[in-house]
Amino acid sequence: MLHETSSNPLSDQQENPEDVSSIDIQDSEEHEKESKIAVQTECLSVFFNERPALKDINLKIRKNRVTAIIGPSGCGKSTFLRSLNLMHEMTPKSKVLGSIKIHGNDITESNAVDVRKNVGMVFQKPNPFPSMSIFENVVAGLRLNGNNKKSELEEIVERNLTHAGLWDEVKDRLKSPAVSLSGGQQQRLCIARTIAVNPEIILMDEPTSALDPISTAKIEELIYNFKDEYSIIIVTHNMQQAARVSDFTAFLYLGKLIEFSKTRRMFTNPRERLTEEYVTGKFG
Amino acid sequence: MTGIETISGTPRNLARRKFVDKLMISLCVIAGIITILPLLYIFFFTTKSGLSSLNLDFFTQLPKPVGEEGGGMANAIVGSLILIGLGSIIGIPVGILAGIYVSEYSGSLTATLVKFTTDVLSGIPSIIIGIFAYGIIVLPMQRFSALAGGFALGILMIPTITKITEEMLRLVPQTLREASLALGVSRWKTTLFVVVKTASSGIITGILLAIARAAGETAPLLFTSFGNSFWQSSIDQPMAALPLQIFAYAISPYEDWHRQAWAGAFVLILLVFVVNLIVRYVTRNKFESSV
Repeated sequence: MLHETSSNPLSDQQENPEDVSSIDIQDSEEHEKESKIAVQTECLSVFFNERPALKDINLKIRKNRVTAIIGPSGCGKSTFLRSLNLMHEMTPKSKVLGSIKIHGNDITESNAVDVRKNVGMVFQKPNPFPSMSIFENVVAGLRLNGNNKKSELEEIVERNLTHAGLWDEVKDRLKSPAVSLSGGQQQRLCIARTIAVNPEIILMDEPTSALDPISTAKIEELIYNFKDEYSIIIVTHNMQQAARVSDFTAFLYLGKLIEFSKTRRMFTNPRERLTEEYVTGKFG
Repeated sequence: MTGIETISGTPRNLARRKFVDKLMISLCVIAGIITILPLLYIFFFTTKSGLSSLNLDFFTQLPKPVGEEGGGMANAIVGSLILIGLGSIIGIPVGILAGIYVSEYSGSLTATLVKFTTDVLSGIPSIIIGIFAYGIIVLPMQRFSALAGGFALGILMIPTITKITEEMLRLVPQTLREASLALGVSRWKTTLFVVVKTASSGIITGILLAIARAAGETAPLLFTSFGNSFWQSSIDQPMAALPLQIFAYAISPYEDWHRQAWAGAFVLILLVFVVNLIVRYVTRNKFESSV
């Protein structure tokens, strides 16, 4: 809006100190279409057993961008992520306050099943369904929701496995059990399973923390390529990973949002002292 | 010198430890043998006495009156199968659903209550279950019936199936439930097609064990199914069953009937043994395919 970046003598880069919640407005590099908001949270707080795990989070997450959530253990990263697909409904004695808007619609009162079809999730440990084959895993979400047309499913399996970079490795053994794959392959299968239901947003909860470096690199490449189609929010313990894959980074500490800005800025010139101490490894 | 001895232990002390070690291992081995012996003994005797009395007639003929040679237990074998079938119709769905409830909806007061109740139920003597079926079905119907027998067997099967279902479902990692929910699959479909399906071989094991157990039960049938010397296929009539027939023949004073009882016992053990083999096969499969 203000476009004061060009006139600001203090900033040597294209960004300037922004308000945590309004970063989107001031980014001059983005044109109108791209700067749409995928997820917006207002005063989002989560309580477990009346104890707050997340306090008043206000965040605007861009569409078709990768947003990383970093912070030390127990800071509420996963709690934040899991509130976006209403996963806390499964946890007894949990309470979610505030609003979560996905593409403008408040989901907090919506049916969780519908929300989750639009907001997919990839988990920390690869978790393919052990009772199903590779093929069945990819189409599990579709089949369990009633799509059973064989020819259609075959096409979906090929497309999504290709998309997840796994097709060439498994095309000759689609009928084998999914658990016969290696850990990295299983995680890519889980990604194929997630994108097969056509979500617009993908949540990733430390998707590579159980994987070796080569598998990690493959997943990171996928994340990078996925940007055109999906808005991705990734929780990571690994700051190098956040720096490599994300466009924006949010730093959480003790359930609070400390800083949210462009990743480049976050790691080179953070606004908050706490952020700087964390990204430079002084604590965490 | 004394210092070294305290560190490594005196030789006398070491000898004592070795002795205690050997003693405990021997006790374990003896206990193990004691466990195997009765089974071997039973197996040996029923095979020895039963196999000689076993012929085709035993599987095809009705029991003959005292004094007549031959005859068989065909009606009792069929009766046992019908009774087990009836028991399964009651016991398997109730047991599995209760197990799902206790595992997937744990934390609620009712779930805790159901869990506690099935634990207590599994400890109730089977004859008491028989009396219960007598009171609830035989008395109002004014006659013994296969239905009452099947009902009693079904009640007996419930705690076993519930317990095993619950334990198997608890072994399914939470992350699988979340993975399915995160795909936009509803909770009941997740439970049925992901959680129960993943645990299915374990649950089948539980069902087979419950069936094997119910197949050999005599006490709950004594005043429910009662027994019958003739063909009977209506379930509202008294029906023969292998354990009942064995009981009746074994306490009779006739040599010929004793032989038949041995043959019946042999067939019954064979039945349970076969079911157990199936159990082993299913569990073996489970460890090969998953985990």
